Amino acid sequence: MSNGQNGAELRLVTPGMAIGPVAGKRVGSGAIAQNDTIIATRLGWTKEFNNTVSVDPINSAYMPRSGDLIVAVVAEVRNNLWFMNINGPFQGLLPMSLAPWKVEFGAARQHMGIGDVVLARVQEVDECHNVVLTMKGVGLRRLNQGTVVNVPINHIDRLRGEGNATVQRLRDASDSRIIIGENGRVWIDGDAEGTAWARQAVALTQASGHKTTFEAELSALEQNAPKKGDA
Amino acid sequence: MGGYGDVQLLRDDGLRLDGRKIDEMRPVAIEAGVLPAADGSAMVTHGLNVAVAAVYGPMEAHPRKIQRQDRAVIDVRYNMAPFSTSDRIRPGYNRRSREISKVTAEALESVVLVERYPRSKIRVEIEILAAEAGTRCVGITAAAVALADAGIPMRDLIVGVASGKVEDTVVLDLDKAEDNYGQADLPVGILPNTGEIAFLQMDGDLSPDEFNLAMEYNFKAAAEIHEIMVDALKRRYEGGEN
Repeated sequence: MSNGQNGAELRLVTPGMAIGPVAGKRVGSGAIAQNDTIIATRLGWTKEFNNTVSVDPINSAYMPRSGDLIVAVVAEVRNNLWFMNINGPFQGLLPMSLAPWKVEFGAARQHMGIGDVVLARVQEVDECHNVVLTMKGVGLRRLNQGTVVNVPINHIDRLRGEGNATVQRLRDASDSRIIIGENGRVWIDGDAEGTAWARQAVALTQASGHKTTFEAELSALEQNAPKKGDA
Repeated sequence: MGGYGDVQLLRDDGLRLDGRKIDEMRPVAIEAGVLPAADGSAMVTHGLNVAVAAVYGPMEAHPRKIQRQDRAVIDVRYNMAPFSTSDRIRPGYNRRSREISKVTAEALESVVLVERYPRSKIRVEIEILAAEAGTRCVGITAAAVALADAGIPMRDLIVGVASGKVEDTVVLDLDKAEDNYGQADLPVGILPNTGEIAFLQMDGDLSPDEFNLAMEYNFKAAAEIHEIMVDALKRRYEGGEN
């Protein structure tokens, strides 16, 4: 056992598969208790930590939580609010009172239209899964340039690396601005060559993010990175 | 001799026309993650049937009138490609595909933990690329693997499988001739780990004993297919250690 594992064996499980007896253990995310047996509900790796058995899903939808920094896309505009596609099961709502501009009633379209991309933060998620976003805060803004790529939610931590080390490596190697949204959208802004390389690196995390060879593959890719001042 | 006309469906040696035993299934092969654009996908080859399923979502349910405040809706679209049979099928929705889409959605709703995603929609597209009897079962199996691949939480992997009756004999997994000229067809959706039945249809007549035997064959086949499904999902992520 490693990485905080204790008790349960680290193994790949599919929905419906028995992980083990409940036997006083708590059931965490990705699992349910059925007839004194812990059953996996998702495809993923079993994890036992602090007497709680859970399944780390290989794929999952983004579930918004208060405080998340996300890259959102305007899906609908009303007189006094915007509905945002947050890459999850629910749309986010950005009221004009939480926009960074002073917006008159009926003038929301003058500031942002359908398809515009913004960097926002999740202000609130209530029990009915209503998601309220805010653009009031340092660095929160409309993203007028750059490109957005999607990565699986569970690969975000790996893309960030410990203490943001991996994403900083990508920023340095590509000489681009890179912002990772918690909702699986990554904003990349740099010159054409840097952006192309960064996209390649992000694609690598999608293809190999769950493999042990990921670190070596990323290092190899870094050898071909556009160096600062080359362009 | 059963069904319509003088079609002999069982050989004199007791085997079926394609050489299978009466409780033998057609070969099954499953591959997960075949469509990169989908959140989850799978391709199932079952005999000469080929089905591809793609899962998108969970996503905001549109139009809003279809939203359920306490759970997600599963929107299934089953379609047979025009080239899937020897006689070209007119493209688009028809009464049969509507019916199969509906029963598939209801079967999947009973295994997916839909209460986790209120007001949202999970879109499941099932495309039958080649058809040789039993496409609704193959579609359900493909959809289950695609849903698991998409990370949708489920109680179990549902397996679609069918038995039937030809020449007064209960047989497992009907092929095209047996389906067309046989006496009965019993497609079911089975949850192999709990032994529950998520959907059941019956075309034709079976006595209680025949029904029990057909279900016995179905459960046996479901266990075999379930192993292949699990294997396909594990194969897709082999080498990964999280």
